[in-house]
Amino acid sequence: MGSYIPSTAAQRQEMLKAIGLEDFRQLYKDVPGEMYLDRELDIPSGKSELEVCREVSSMAAGNKVFPTVLRGAGAYDHYIPSIVRYIPAKEEFLTAYTPYQAELSQGILQSIFEYQTMVCELTGMDVSNASVYDGATAAAEAAAMCRDRKRRVTLISATTHPDVINIVRTYCYGTNDELRIVPAKDGKTDKEELRKMLEGGDVSGVYVQQPNFFGLFEDAGELGQIVHEAGSMFIMGCNPIALAIMKTPAECGADIAVGEGQPLGMPLSYGGPYLGFMATTAKYMRKLPGRIVGQTTDSRGERCFVLSLQAREQHIRREKASSNICSNEALCALTAGVYMATMGPDGMAQAASQSMSKAHYLAKELCKLKGVSLRFKGDFFHEFLTDIPKADEVLKALEDNGILGGLPVDGGIFWCATEKVPKAELDRAVSIVREVLA
Amino acid sequence: MKLIFEKSTQGRSCSILPPCDVEQIELKEGLARKTKPDLPQLSETDVSRHYTELCNRVHGVNNGFYPLGSCTMKYNPRIDEQMAALEGFTSIHPLAPDYSTKGCKAVLDTAEKCLCEITGMDGMTFQPAAGAHGEFTGVLLIKQYHASRNDTRRTKIIVPDSAHGTNPATAAMCGFEVVNIPSAPDGCVDLQALKGALGEDTAGLMLTNPNTLGIFDENILEITRMVHEVGGLCYYDGANLNAVMGVVRPGDMGFDCIHLNLHKTFATPHGGGGPGAGAVGCKAFLRAFLPGSAIKGHEGIQVRSFAGNFLVVVKAVTYILTLGKEGIPEAARNAVLNANYLMRRIQGTFEPAFDRICMHEFVLDLSRFKEETGVSALDVAKSLIDRGIHPPTMYFPLIVHEALMPEPTETESKETLDEAADIFRELYELARKDPDYMKSSPHNAQIGRPDEVQAARNPILRWKRT
Amino acid sequence: MNYPKELRYTKTHEWTKEEDGAYVVGISDFAQHSLGDVVFINLPQEGDDVKSGEAFGDVESVKAVSDIVSPVTGRICAVNEELVDSPELLNSDPYGAWIIKVADVSETGELLSAADYEEFCRQED
Repeated sequence: MGSYIPSTAAQRQEMLKAIGLEDFRQLYKDVPGEMYLDRELDIPSGKSELEVCREVSSMAAGNKVFPTVLRGAGAYDHYIPSIVRYIPAKEEFLTAYTPYQAELSQGILQSIFEYQTMVCELTGMDVSNASVYDGATAAAEAAAMCRDRKRRVTLISATTHPDVINIVRTYCYGTNDELRIVPAKDGKTDKEELRKMLEGGDVSGVYVQQPNFFGLFEDAGELGQIVHEAGSMFIMGCNPIALAIMKTPAECGADIAVGEGQPLGMPLSYGGPYLGFMATTAKYMRKLPGRIVGQTTDSRGERCFVLSLQAREQHIRREKASSNICSNEALCALTAGVYMATMGPDGMAQAASQSMSKAHYLAKELCKLKGVSLRFKGDFFHEFLTDIPKADEVLKALEDNGILGGLPVDGGIFWCATEKVPKAELDRAVSIVREVLA
Repeated sequence: MKLIFEKSTQGRSCSILPPCDVEQIELKEGLARKTKPDLPQLSETDVSRHYTELCNRVHGVNNGFYPLGSCTMKYNPRIDEQMAALEGFTSIHPLAPDYSTKGCKAVLDTAEKCLCEITGMDGMTFQPAAGAHGEFTGVLLIKQYHASRNDTRRTKIIVPDSAHGTNPATAAMCGFEVVNIPSAPDGCVDLQALKGALGEDTAGLMLTNPNTLGIFDENILEITRMVHEVGGLCYYDGANLNAVMGVVRPGDMGFDCIHLNLHKTFATPHGGGGPGAGAVGCKAFLRAFLPGSAIKGHEGIQVRSFAGNFLVVVKAVTYILTLGKEGIPEAARNAVLNANYLMRRIQGTFEPAFDRICMHEFVLDLSRFKEETGVSALDVAKSLIDRGIHPPTMYFPLIVHEALMPEPTETESKETLDEAADIFRELYELARKDPDYMKSSPHNAQIGRPDEVQAARNPILRWKRT
Repeated sequence: MNYPKELRYTKTHEWTKEEDGAYVVGISDFAQHSLGDVVFINLPQEGDDVKSGEAFGDVESVKAVSDIVSPVTGRICAVNEELVDSPELLNSDPYGAWIIKVADVSETGELLSAADYEEFCRQED
């Protein structure tokens, strides 16, 4: 069996003796006898590292890896520069705790401060936190930030990712607040319905995803205006790669910008760890949940960094805290920071515009096939929904050829392309689809 | 050191992407941002050196002793990292068809089976991304349970005053009124206070056992019985499970639902604050209320997209398979042994708040020491930094003043504990000889004490080009 | 510790005095001292109703937060906005740095004299 206990059997006996005990059972004298587990656990026996390596590797081999991924819907297969995999694996970053002791944690604190700055640059907002669990919980936390005593209702567009809607709904269920869904029209948020739903004056915040779940760009600036005219707050959930080129939440008048940071250098990993980013305007700085790093000076007068504004947090405010978040996704924030530093402003813009260009190319080529058409008109980023005959067969044929096709959605297929897929591979995918439809 | 932005040079870049091989599409003017984000422009050497410089300014478990109480800073095995980095896991899309993700399912099933056995639960979810997130999920199980029975009177969650701050914050996020009950002097539940707080409006109790003072509450069966008697449910905060895994099970203590911190008890790294994984387990009668994923057709609650921090679960499974049925309780026993040994080696100088056998951690009460020397728990903590030891948790739990809470964990050797104890004893003496030196510590750290007041009064939360 | 005679105090460490028909409210020297360096204050809005014994705002230091409890029931007629930018005034001049003024006071809670409050603080310390 494996063990990571360094003390030898003799040392353990010595230590027991030093504390005046004869055996290990005496350490647990406070545990009532009737619940003390007097049997072995019903789990496998421990194994050597080599055996465990074989066993877990064989589980990994039980998955089918698709070399080409044309599926997104909340998790995106972008190219990850090699250095982005190596830096967060450094043991110091990996094995440290939350940087409560600033004197021993400047490296982590500074990396978070730099990450916060990068998120502000990407979104145009004034203040970012150090991360939350994922894009969906960031949306839920943002919705909570908007509420005050008088305005309790949250609105969310039907064009949002279904998981985000459900998670915001779950958080609303927690606090006994109401969530209402703004209907979609032609794949985008219905502005007239939104206007009507804001009339009651009870809406605290409105959440819109950009680009939305169907890949389409919303008229975010106009939506923001409608929301603000009603005295509510405007939350935008953004794709961070798209942010390299698209109008920022700040330019759209958003009060809070959030999003799923996974595309910034994190592998798909069957869903996690991912990264929730969250930024707001200076006005709402103190309502932003989670950890925030601030700059200050030390006793020697040098610039240094600390966890700041902690009086907002649960360990001080307890039941009056606006959120219970404690651990976040610090290592993923570090990963995103390394990714953005490596790609730089031009590399990020390239990743964004190549993803968009390839999606448009794929859409154009697919729509040349008989029976295939875009379900929605409108500008899209790197995802699009097609109506297509024999969707199941199409996907099966692609999978048999090592391509994970788009996600089946309402009888259609929801495709995604990133900069990672070369033109030749897109052409191969289209020819496979052509054969099935022929 | 310089910020990454201060190292940036206009026009410099890394060579990562090829030219676009399809017709390049540009965003329409109304959709495009006006200016590019001001991200750093660096060569790959610049990036690599910058982060290496940063990592040299971090103390991790692999740098030295890290006895941070209630955080279980045990060694993070490298094999766990290697397994989580397998392409067969990292390249799996969360919405890939089920037939292609059998390996992921095997990992989750193994984790559920083993952890249910270790905790005495019947079902488990790995969706919560951290401990507090697990608490939120677990208390929502309680909320749904009462709602499913149309039992609408239950509006209160009882939390002892020694609890982690996340407990009351969680109860509030779940719409409950928090009833704080005072602890007995040893941090255990005051049965009279509990009795007084219980009633037909009780939704549940949140409890950590061993408690936040490192003491196993010997009345635990009575406590859970009393809560059940009035129709409430019992929630187990698994922050301190490392003391008892394989020795006693929350399920056998009478708890109905629990969360585990895989990043504490099951050796997955903390990563400077995350990602963690806050698996939530429950008894069979609560299983129907566990979260799922809407995009996969689930209609109930959901706390995170997809399957949670999956790779963290891979690491925990690797760890559990390595230790196995023998190693799990052995780890707990040695965690407890190490804590008791360190406590006794320090005793006679800094005094434990309770002179009795502790679990995996213990609390030192420095209030008398501070009166005598003027040196505070904070000063001792900062002096430990000078000696290469990460300070224990400070000023927690709130019910002990001038508290320091060391948790050595089982992965430290007797030699390390002896050295640490000697350092504690030296500092105890030093405080009498040269208190001012300790009050101005650390002296050998990369920075002096930071001005936290300035940071909070005039927040500077991002770099700006000047 | 300073306990000006002309003021009245609460057991939650606020001070108050009547001035031009309104009650002026602040936090005591004892309160600012136990909090440490105040870094932020959450203020209510002019026109808000306050109730005796209920919190109307809070003050934050680096590692603590404390509710500010109203000594009287009435309507807020003035808020000291200067404290938003200079919360340190609560430390340097707790009796000069008033927080709110309350008009239309219909009820006052239990108010202590300076001597009684001083005694109360001595026991609490």
